[in-house]
Amino acid sequence: MGLLDKEFSDGNIVVTKVEDLFNWARLSSIWQLGFGLACCAIEMMATSASHYDFDRFGVIPRNTPRQADAIIISGTVTLKMALRIKRLYEQMPEPKYIISMGSCANCGGPYWEHGYHVLKGVDRVIPVDVYVPGCPPRPEALLEGLLKLQEKIRNESIMTKKA
Amino acid sequence: MKTAEEIFDLLKKEFNDSILSIDKDTPTEPIISVDPFKIKDVCLFLRDNEELKFDSLMVLSGVDDANGEKIKDEDGTEIIKGGTLSVYYHLYSIPLKHKITLKVSTPRENPQVESVESVWKCADWHEREAYDMFGIIFLNHPDLRRILMPYDWEAGYPLRKDYKNPEFYQGMRVPY
Repeated sequence: MGLLDKEFSDGNIVVTKVEDLFNWARLSSIWQLGFGLACCAIEMMATSASHYDFDRFGVIPRNTPRQADAIIISGTVTLKMALRIKRLYEQMPEPKYIISMGSCANCGGPYWEHGYHVLKGVDRVIPVDVYVPGCPPRPEALLEGLLKLQEKIRNESIMTKKA
Repeated sequence: MKTAEEIFDLLKKEFNDSILSIDKDTPTEPIISVDPFKIKDVCLFLRDNEELKFDSLMVLSGVDDANGEKIKDEDGTEIIKGGTLSVYYHLYSIPLKHKITLKVSTPRENPQVESVESVWKCADWHEREAYDMFGIIFLNHPDLRRILMPYDWEAGYPLRKDYKNPEFYQGMRVPY
């Protein structure tokens, strides 16, 4: 008779790696900072609403940066707003992730040439994990971006230092 | 209801030299040109006169006429010396259902226009916008500071025709 015989017979035990467990927990409850800038924010709201239901991935908008671990930059980042975005980002606890949603946040969008007031890509002030292309991206595109972010978190290692 | 010509005649009778001209050849509406230092009195008259009753300032907008001398700067870009900046006032009378467009022109190097904020409250933000975008100074405005651009924007007025974007703002690179 083996040492562990019948020890797992009631079925309440799962064997896994601690790292995988933590990553799975983190990627399944991404609390995103509720923050919209322009037209993309309407698509983001649509993604949160019942039809596309962001909640089923564990994405809940939180209204304070201190309780959020992701921020979706959805819309045109003006130079005036860029400093505020940077401040919000700095207030978020580690580990934190950024989805840049739409052409404006990615590279300035239609304002890239004559937009004297627009930051040409939010990655000039904060580091971006996932870029979602489109103007504005449909909710499906944002969902795809989220899945990409989850994939990134799943393959992360909490034991090794990132930087 | 009054036509632009009738309004012009009324204003000419009341203000004489302060009402400069009427331009009827515009593709939209006739435009009455007014002295920039008399615009407040003219607007007050337009608002309070029983026959006119212009109770609504629909929009106030600045325009760079770019009619000055265009010269090349050291770095090869074009700058404009002289000429004028203009402010347009689109007025509407809700009870009498007539409208009129006023215009004032002011020299580009020292652009000063009297504020009409005390006549129509909505002129407050409109004038701040014209100041922010064109650098037009509105005399006697209670709170003339930038409204759209950051408060510490030092690169000038973005809607002027010879505006040059700065290379950096607060450590952020501005051009694409």
